[in-house]
Amino acid sequence: MVAAIEVHDHDLTAAFRTLSTAVLTLETIDAVFVPMRLPCGSAVMPTLVTDPAHLERIDPLAPSFALNAAKVVGQLTRNRKAGIGKIAVLLRPCEIRAFVELVKLNQGQTENILIIGSDCLGAFTNHDYFAFAQAKGEDASRIFYQSMLSGQEAVLEGINLSGACRACESFLPTGADLAVRLWGVATERHILLEAQTDKGAALLEKLQLPTGQVPSEREGVVHALVDQRTDYRDAMFAATAAAIGTLEKLAAYLSHCVNCYNCRVACPVCYCRECVFTTDLFDHDPLQYLSWAQRRGAVKLPTDTLFYHLTRMAHMSTACVGCGQCSNACPNGIDLMPLFRLVAHRTQGVFDYKAGEDLAAKPPLTQFKEDEFQEVVGIGE
Amino acid sequence: MESFEPVVVAFVCNWCTYTAADLAGTSRLDYPPNVRLIRVMCTGMVDPQYILKALLEGADAVLVSGCHPGDCHYINGNYKARRRIKLLKEILPQFGFEPERLQLTWIGASDGIQFAAIMRALVAQVTALGPSQARSAMIV
Repeated sequence: MVAAIEVHDHDLTAAFRTLSTAVLTLETIDAVFVPMRLPCGSAVMPTLVTDPAHLERIDPLAPSFALNAAKVVGQLTRNRKAGIGKIAVLLRPCEIRAFVELVKLNQGQTENILIIGSDCLGAFTNHDYFAFAQAKGEDASRIFYQSMLSGQEAVLEGINLSGACRACESFLPTGADLAVRLWGVATERHILLEAQTDKGAALLEKLQLPTGQVPSEREGVVHALVDQRTDYRDAMFAATAAAIGTLEKLAAYLSHCVNCYNCRVACPVCYCRECVFTTDLFDHDPLQYLSWAQRRGAVKLPTDTLFYHLTRMAHMSTACVGCGQCSNACPNGIDLMPLFRLVAHRTQGVFDYKAGEDLAAKPPLTQFKEDEFQEVVGIGE
Repeated sequence: MESFEPVVVAFVCNWCTYTAADLAGTSRLDYPPNVRLIRVMCTGMVDPQYILKALLEGADAVLVSGCHPGDCHYINGNYKARRRIKLLKEILPQFGFEPERLQLTWIGASDGIQFAAIMRALVAQVTALGPSQARSAMIV
């Protein structure tokens, strides 16, 4: 089932506003969760809205991705108490994937929410977005989405999409109840809505929108973009693999790390309430540091830098959705995303798993089969 | 040059491999002292973090060893361990750790002879491989 929302004056944001208002007006929906340009300044943040008047400032197509909202949606859906209302959440595809992973880890649930996902146009890094928004003011989002959808070079004012977005081949909202179609759609006339689940179909029916049709050229547009992104990703993987091939190279890659653990805080799938690296397990005895230094001649402080990153790879790489917030969060500009995406690509590949794609697929490390991976057993004389 | 004496850290489960080590001891079987046994209740409790720590501390190899499939005292801990080893074997070689530096074996409680033989073979293998790159690393 496909429905259309008309677009006037090339204003896609207004079409999203029409959609959000219509959804919020439904009796079954108590609130909508949408990215909104804050009244003060140019920051675009996820916002929980109950009064349709506030939808005036929503800005879902801004090239801003301040945080992966999956964790926040997890907080909104943590318990199943009766009487908790229904919320419609508008998320980027990588936010939906991260949320799906969190639901599998019992950090949220899907019963009380309805996920609306949009074809993703990508975003700049936080740093680049501030500069862009400052230069373009209120027009920033419009300039961005028009440029992206007209197939022009994504670079604006010398600013390109973040590395994570340029390497992203999963820009369609898999897992959403209701999908907003933009790529390959005549967005000067309308945006299209397609139900992907029964929940989505029921909502679409209630919205009573005119029907639309997905144009045949969409498939080609999507394929071309997937190919372009996959090429970029594979080149990135090759360059990264060459840059981390030994422990020494990995240390060089991470040499500006100051153990602030911001990448873990920003990571939507690192969900432990208390990370082992912030416990007193790592308040080593002073003598311990001396003994390390004596054994090696010198030791970099704080210690446990590679240990931290390698542990994170072991703990969360099978759930990595490639959103790139780790790179965004690093105060010292370490580009963690290529490293983690590369490792995740391999670890997820080994278990034939794609993080966030299928709610029914169990996380690899929560299950096992009796006859598998025989090749890792035995010392192979 | 001094001859290279490798350090092998072995996480062995209480019910099978540790018991096998005990049997090897009471049977007066020789095996190289390079192996440092760490007794854990089950291989299923060996967090990848423990293995990473051992390797970064300069262990030349890490062995995880538990009960044969179907024999786990806790029913399925060894299957979980096998998945984690598979995971680490996908991660570690990307950073230049040779696959031989992480090993998983099943050694049952009555396999004292096999325990000693595997330790000898493992130490020989790691000696041939040479010292781990992490031994001298300044940044860990």
